[in-house]
Amino acid sequence: MKFGVVVFPGSNCDQDCFDVAKNVMGQDVEFAWHKDGGDVSKYDCIILPGGFSYGDYLRTGAIARFSPVMEGVRKHAEKGKLVIGICNGFQILLEAGLLPGAMLRNESLKFVCRHVSLRVENTDSPFTKKYKKGQVLSIPVAHGEGNYFAEPEVLKKLNSNGQVLLRYIDNPNGSCEDIAGICNEKRNVFGLMPHPERASEAALGSTDGRAMFESIMETAR
Amino acid sequence: MPEISPDIILRHNITMDEYEEIKRILGRAPNITELGIFSVMWSEHCSYKNSKKLLKTLPRDGERMLVKAGDENAGVVDIGDGLVVVFKIESHNHPSAIEPFQGAATGVGGILRDIFTMGARPVLNMNSLRFGNPEEAATRRLVSGVVAGIAHYGNCIGVPTIGGEVYFDESYEGNPLVNAFSLGLARREEIVKAKAEGTGNPVFYLGAATGRDGMGGASFASKDLSAESEKERPAVQVGDPFLEKLLLEAVLELLRTDCVVGIQDMGAAGLTCSTCETASRGNVGIEIDVAKVPQRETGMAPYEIMLSESQERMLVILKKGREAEAKRIFEKWDLHAEEIGFVTAGTMMVVKENGKIVAEIPARKLADEAPLYSREAREPEYLKKTRAFDRKSLGSAGDLNAVLLKLLDSPTIASKEWIYEQYDHMVRTSTTVLPGSDASVIRVKGTKKSIAVSVDCNSTYCYLDPYEGAKAAVAEAARNVACSGATPLSVTNCLNFGNPLNPEIFWQLKKCIEGLRDACLAFDTPISGGNVSLYNQNPKGAIDPTPTIGMVGLIEGGYPVTSHFKKAGDVILLIGQTREELGGSEFLKTIFNVKSGIPPRLDLGEAKKLVDVLVELCAADLLRSAHDCSEGGLAVALAESCFTKRGAEIGASVELTKGALSEEALLFGETHSRVVVSVAPENVKKALEVIESYGFPCETIGKVGGDRLVVTPFLDAPVEVLKHTWRNALKRRMAADV
Repeated sequence: MKFGVVVFPGSNCDQDCFDVAKNVMGQDVEFAWHKDGGDVSKYDCIILPGGFSYGDYLRTGAIARFSPVMEGVRKHAEKGKLVIGICNGFQILLEAGLLPGAMLRNESLKFVCRHVSLRVENTDSPFTKKYKKGQVLSIPVAHGEGNYFAEPEVLKKLNSNGQVLLRYIDNPNGSCEDIAGICNEKRNVFGLMPHPERASEAALGSTDGRAMFESIMETAR
Repeated sequence: MPEISPDIILRHNITMDEYEEIKRILGRAPNITELGIFSVMWSEHCSYKNSKKLLKTLPRDGERMLVKAGDENAGVVDIGDGLVVVFKIESHNHPSAIEPFQGAATGVGGILRDIFTMGARPVLNMNSLRFGNPEEAATRRLVSGVVAGIAHYGNCIGVPTIGGEVYFDESYEGNPLVNAFSLGLARREEIVKAKAEGTGNPVFYLGAATGRDGMGGASFASKDLSAESEKERPAVQVGDPFLEKLLLEAVLELLRTDCVVGIQDMGAAGLTCSTCETASRGNVGIEIDVAKVPQRETGMAPYEIMLSESQERMLVILKKGREAEAKRIFEKWDLHAEEIGFVTAGTMMVVKENGKIVAEIPARKLADEAPLYSREAREPEYLKKTRAFDRKSLGSAGDLNAVLLKLLDSPTIASKEWIYEQYDHMVRTSTTVLPGSDASVIRVKGTKKSIAVSVDCNSTYCYLDPYEGAKAAVAEAARNVACSGATPLSVTNCLNFGNPLNPEIFWQLKKCIEGLRDACLAFDTPISGGNVSLYNQNPKGAIDPTPTIGMVGLIEGGYPVTSHFKKAGDVILLIGQTREELGGSEFLKTIFNVKSGIPPRLDLGEAKKLVDVLVELCAADLLRSAHDCSEGGLAVALAESCFTKRGAEIGASVELTKGALSEEALLFGETHSRVVVSVAPENVKKALEVIESYGFPCETIGKVGGDRLVVTPFLDAPVEVLKHTWRNALKRRMAADV
């Protein structure tokens, strides 16, 4: 399969996602430059990587949503193809309206980087199918604005549709209902704050993120 | 233009003798722009005029050293297989004292530019931070601001901040030290030099527009801090890490083409420094027109444009005819670039404003021929008292378990988790040893190699004996990287001292440099570069002498070793021998509030041998953990070895015999060249054979296991209690303001 890693100015986990897709998972992968907009149809799965797109001025992800490449991402999502937003990528998906809710500053008002414990809430998705329901994962977070917020009726819908795929066991940022990752109703767009690409090799201390890439590969095959 | 009065000269930190020298060089009196240019280039910060003669005595050569210290923006060290590391440590003390957030942030920005302008991609940052007493609200404000500033810059640009050291001592009250370290990786042939060449080649200005921020920062950093310093806030620059990220990518892309003749960042002394230094290195002249410099404020005088220290700016000298190619790259990254001048024949730096000359100075005189001084050195008075210190004068320290808890609660020893969790230390997916071990380690993707880095300096030792203290700083850094299995390769140093015009301070500087020299020779770790920060004073006096060492080590293959115990049943060895040495210890400082005595002596031969022992043990995969004994001594080293990641803590049972030693020296003394290691039972025999083959002392002292740290017959406490104290000591203090 072919991954496309979007590069915005200020993306900084683009290379890490590329490396995991190519060298750890052994898949085809290309960078998609933000100015090249339009056509991203050649990719089976688009990764919006972490970082500080456009400096995250104004609000995280607030400028990136207007980037030319996002038009292509939106069409890609509408066609039911896979999109995963990690960290800043999740923030961008929220700003772009491809996922519901919004991101606030961490409750501590500080950036937080550490391994957190997550629980897999739902395995009925192209991103989590290789996990077991209730499985506990150790995957790092690294963000200043990861405090997920949504209105009660949105949360209700997320819960009843099984759109919450990951929850924190030790909530590092104050996210409501310990939400760490959600998908859209069609289940083909997924956003999460933790970094699975940082937990895919034994040398980095955890391989709990690998199954996310494996799930995507199995879906796209 | 204002007339040059003695008052104006003085306000530029130029002495009357120096002014006469300027007149002699120019063959006339300088105008105000020229005076400003001289003042920043001849400041201590840019010229090292008070320290250069001493720095020249440091070892700078070695077979891995590809650039001589001081010749380029950063040192370059060969790590084999066609790869090099480029690294440097630099201070941003004065700006951080005045405006901690921006001061620290721009310190990170500056050191990163030094690395990537040489063609290397920065892959890790570290830092050494020193503050006063964290019980004081003013100190906590500095700690919060500095840490947030470092996080802001490093996190955004995507270079992991993988560790460092944080030290608290009253001598840093009001004059914190912020020393930023960065390391980049490149292929050997990718390294570029910061020099101008080829008459007629165009000079480009790249990056942020020039404003009035950071006016004269270099000369500001070459004065004592005082109550007046608050007024100098405009001398602190404001950083934009996003813009620097674009610069980083654009510069590396540009350097992969062969359009570039030379490139230098505009750091201290901004446009002035970058133009005259590139010209001086290339032995050519350079001409620029300040009217062409992008400006973010109106009505800026040439003086202001030349002295501004606005951040995220670079000077690029291109090959004539290749401008279009370069411009395509600048445009790709949405960067502003302007052609502001060209390389000229001759050796003059000519500054014009709309075609009219406003400054004309021989470049070399500015960049390389500042006056050099040998200052008077005199042994400080206070040493008579500290050397005569007698432990017996203080009485009993009380219950030993309570002493251990107090030490673990000391902010200098305590966990720095509150700090490093604010840094993204994992981006680039290369950090294989996270902050909290003796050294931090990154892997070099695509190879079997890893790079280990440690920054260290015990400034209390340096205060009590500058020569021994500086040696100890190098030795501790070498030991730390060796504990991870790395062979120490090279050192970068950041020399933080008080006012060099004070003979006692100059003596400290001189003795520390002697110590550095001897230690670097003993470890075969040449100095690759660094920086000097003098005038670190507050109204109460000078900081303790602080020659911060950044040590870079190389692991050729295999997994790095970390400092935590791993498995119940593993055997604990103490490599090295304890002596009756309590002088300058954290024990005396924490329990008795005394900074006195004779600090531990370092035998360099022994210290080097220990490094060799550790490297061999790690290479043979015989160690499960290795942790050096430093502040707090053996007891703290044992306790810290028990504090692994949450939920995986593990205890230890150890038995010690004190022989002729006092209990305090045995448990809390800081004798050098000692390491606590744990070894799988089946490997103990082999490990002991290796250690013995070096003739190094070693004792089997206990076993890993249980949930208590038991040191028979002295200490017994639940690991949970010890860890809780250690982990929350800093957090608890920092939370006082919330």
